[in-house]
Amino acid sequence: MTREIAIEARGLTKVFGGRGSVFGRQTGGARAVDGVDLIVRSGETLGLVGESGCGKSTTGRLLLRLIEPTAGSVAFNGRDLTELTKAELRRSRGKMQIIFQDPYGSLNPRMTVGDAISEAYVIHRIGDRASRAKSVLEMLDLVGLPRSAASLYPHEFSGGQRQRVGIARALALRPSFVVCDEAVSALDVSVQAQIINLLQDLQRELNLTYLFISHNLSVVRHISDRVAVMYLGRIVEVAEADHLFADPAHPYTQALLSAIPPSHPDEPRHRHELVGDLPSAHDIPVGCRFAPRCPFVQDRCRATDPQLSPLPDGRFVACHRAADGSLPTYRLNS
Amino acid sequence: MSIAIAKPELAPRSPTMIVIVRLFQSRSFLIGAALVLAIALVAVFADVLSPYDPLRNSFRTRLRPPDSTFWFGTDHFGRDILSRVIHGARISLVIGLMTALLTGIAGTMIGAVAGFFPTLDNPIMRLMDALMAFPAIVLAIAVAAVLGASVVNVIIALSIATTPHTARIVRASVLVVREREFIEAARALGASDLRVLCRHVMPNAFGPLIVRLTYVFATAILAEAALSFIGVGPPPPAPSFGSIIAQGRDFITEAPWITIFPGLAIIVSVLGLNLLGDGLRDVLDPRMRT
Repeated sequence: MTREIAIEARGLTKVFGGRGSVFGRQTGGARAVDGVDLIVRSGETLGLVGESGCGKSTTGRLLLRLIEPTAGSVAFNGRDLTELTKAELRRSRGKMQIIFQDPYGSLNPRMTVGDAISEAYVIHRIGDRASRAKSVLEMLDLVGLPRSAASLYPHEFSGGQRQRVGIARALALRPSFVVCDEAVSALDVSVQAQIINLLQDLQRELNLTYLFISHNLSVVRHISDRVAVMYLGRIVEVAEADHLFADPAHPYTQALLSAIPPSHPDEPRHRHELVGDLPSAHDIPVGCRFAPRCPFVQDRCRATDPQLSPLPDGRFVACHRAADGSLPTYRLNS
Repeated sequence: MSIAIAKPELAPRSPTMIVIVRLFQSRSFLIGAALVLAIALVAVFADVLSPYDPLRNSFRTRLRPPDSTFWFGTDHFGRDILSRVIHGARISLVIGLMTALLTGIAGTMIGAVAGFFPTLDNPIMRLMDALMAFPAIVLAIAVAAVLGASVVNVIIALSIATTPHTARIVRASVLVVREREFIEAARALGASDLRVLCRHVMPNAFGPLIVRLTYVFATAILAEAALSFIGVGPPPPAPSFGSIIAQGRDFITEAPWITIFPGLAIIVSVLGLNLLGDGLRDVLDPRMRT
């Protein structure tokens, strides 16, 4: 299954802060994203998982150039986004979109749902008033909202309905690539399922490519074709979803997966708990950034930083011991 | 789905309608609005309401205490204080309203630009800080003294004096709104800076400004009185609340009514505006409630 590359990031880095102000002292800045290489193939769903603050959302926004990268490049359908001027970037916005976590905060409370959706057409000067209104109704049909919703304000909807509005707005310009940034995390479990099904239906119907950012591993497993695991601003493992969940290669992925509760209460659990806290992005460890918390750490891990490299079975992993097969075998509960 | 959407037709729907409905449930807003409206009506219909010409001198009626002919008494030129207060409401309210409008426009533009464009924030706000370092009334006196005494110059002076604080308030709410997710959503759609600012940021940042402007209005009425008192207010003989008091101060022991009645008029106006502002604040900016 080799599909066309939709989006490709090379050495993507974002350092927040860092420049000393007139009165403040010079600081190193937080390396929120630190040299991320990532490929999303056309039509696939790439899951991006990791704990809070590891740089998942920042990566998603960097891919869309909603924030400017400190270093690195992003190619979207072969064009380098980082080299576009602001005006060129604005014109190409329609092809790449984002669905947000907070279904209330992502809608302007003073705009009707119809205005929010048709704003995309107004910005890109598509159609006239009548055709825009028609397109809005089509979008509402597409996401399963009643047509009467167009004249209502966001506060008149439930969380799940608002998320549908956010999806309609994101899809209004028929993008090919959509970043779903914790798109279902703020919703009730039953509503989550509806929205996930909607996203999957839309993907089939409109041939969408998703980057699905989430900390919810079950959701990611369900929706993703491939999964990338992020730790402290770096991708540590990329693999087919089934493969990754059945046989995680990186010790961090192993720990992450062992935190998923078993589906039956009597099932034996092999918790593989991490000690210590996530190091600060201001002060990243030398060598492997997972070394201070890794149960299998060796001296070389503290000395050199492992690069993301392919294993014989096609997975990519950034771990010295996984690469040379010296990592103790680890079995998950399932 | 149908439960959430099928609401009675009369229910308030747009955020603006919700605010209006809540305002009419606020006691302090209603009392304040009634007082301000009453004074505004007096000012508008001054020619009809005032029993005498506010500028007509008459030696025979000098310094008359309040009685059934001259309800508020007369001043040292024999002019009817009631008529002067009624006409004074006109000038005082015009000064207050125009100051609030000018401050609103200037403060919105300065604050919006400073809050929205990070590179301009520091230069603009440091300039505003410099202006704020002067006490507003001293600044107003200085400007009015340089420009000369006239109603327009008083408005200009007070607007300059009240703009920095207003700009700071607008900037603060722009900073808050700018970080909300729907701003990022608009950018992701390709909206230009101007569009994001005008369509998304400002409509959600006006609440604190409106509250602030009611206080500017009240402050301007008080400041006009202060400027008149030291002789840089609107020039005589045209009456304003402040100029009537200023002219009455030489007779304050023999004819206290000259100063008392315009003073009461100031109290009622400022009280009304402050109650109005409190009501607006409770509805528009609930976090500020004490």
